[in-house]
Amino acid sequence: MLPVHHPSLELLLDYAAGSTGEAAGLALATHLALCPECREVVAQFESLGGALLEAIEPAAVPSEALDNLLARLDEPVPVPVPVPDRRSPADDATLGPVPQPLRGYIGQDLETIRWKRVMRGVEQADIAVGRGRTGNVRARLLRIGPGVRVPRHTHAGTEMTLVLAGGFSDGDKQYQRGDFSFCDRETDHSPVADDDGECLCLTVIDAPLRLTGPLMRLLNPFIRF
Amino acid sequence: SPAALDGRSSDELLVAIARDRDKDAFGLLFGRMGPRLKAYLLRSGIAPSQADELVQEVMLMVWHRADTFDPARAMASTWIFTIARNKRIDAARRDRRPEFDPEDPALVPDQPAAADRSIEQAEASARLRDAIAKLPAEQADLLRLAYFEDQPHSAIARHKGLPLGTVKSRLRLALERLRRELAGS
Ligand SMILES: [Zn+2]
Ligand SMILES: [Zn+2]
Repeated sequence: MLPVHHPSLELLLDYAAGSTGEAAGLALATHLALCPECREVVAQFESLGGALLEAIEPAAVPSEALDNLLARLDEPVPVPVPVPDRRSPADDATLGPVPQPLRGYIGQDLETIRWKRVMRGVEQADIAVGRGRTGNVRARLLRIGPGVRVPRHTHAGTEMTLVLAGGFSDGDKQYQRGDFSFCDRETDHSPVADDDGECLCLTVIDAPLRLTGPLMRLLNPFIRF
Repeated sequence: SPAALDGRSSDELLVAIARDRDKDAFGLLFGRMGPRLKAYLLRSGIAPSQADELVQEVMLMVWHRADTFDPARAMASTWIFTIARNKRIDAARRDRRPEFDPEDPALVPDQPAAADRSIEQAEASARLRDAIAKLPAEQADLLRLAYFEDQPHSAIARHKGLPLGTVKSRLRLALERLRRELAGS
């Protein structure tokens, strides 16, 4: 199954250009691991970057730059290229549905993650990432029980969600493994997990959510979304 | 000899660097790309003295990693751009840049049709240059800002005195147009 909901072209452009922060980059790169179509788009945008680099107005480099550089060519390579942590496919069975680069952030086993209960049927776990320019960016895993509805809310900023396992529906849209959803302050929604199993997502938000349902407003202080 | 190298494309120079550890080819590539890399780093807000050092680091990485350049999969300019971009991210902030791992067993592989990149990279490169040249000035301008200034779109919008929605829709138009041109007709 290939994803049907993708990040916007602008988000993929930012990723290719290198202006996405670490948390958004984590959500995008994990989507890329699951989406050959967007990998192709990012490859195109990287070649666009290359073409713009070739066409940029050059800036003078010091006259000794090339000699300095040539003198350094035979120096031993200072930092060895780190080898990513790869496991055999057999080990992956125990690791569950987590592709790189997310796996590198959350480690071996979903069950050893410190889950915090948010409300009945919803648990979350923080992922340690850079906090971005505003210092407010957060990346989290969200585990939603079968059929559980997330309280109606809107967003003071943006919310990216990547489905890793199971699925959810949001209005008339269906999201499955690899699907990417982007919401902002225009969105007021209440996604509901599919009935047939737990839904595991990666979410990245850059500002708090605000509950908007009639009853849920009363609970607001107790819900740590 | 350098004279024989002069007419060669950057792709050919990189291949010569990888295969023969050819320092003349490397010098020529530096002459072409060094001043452009510096301009790129300066535009992203890196101080001139640090930019000079980063250009050296990018070019050292080009030298050491040349054997991982595959001319069938990418253009030299693309490959060098990604190295420079990653160096810039390292230098500008402490954040990591998450990347998928092509060898990850959990990776969903390329579809057979996508794997067949039948257009020649040189042709793709020429087509891309044409497509950029044909963009309306306002779109090309925003595109350069998006690649070079290391700014979120909201900052670009403020800087240009444009509504954010306008910036996004212009960028989107440019990208859709370029993708159509790249896909070829
Ligand atoms: Zn996609
Ligand atoms: Zn939401």
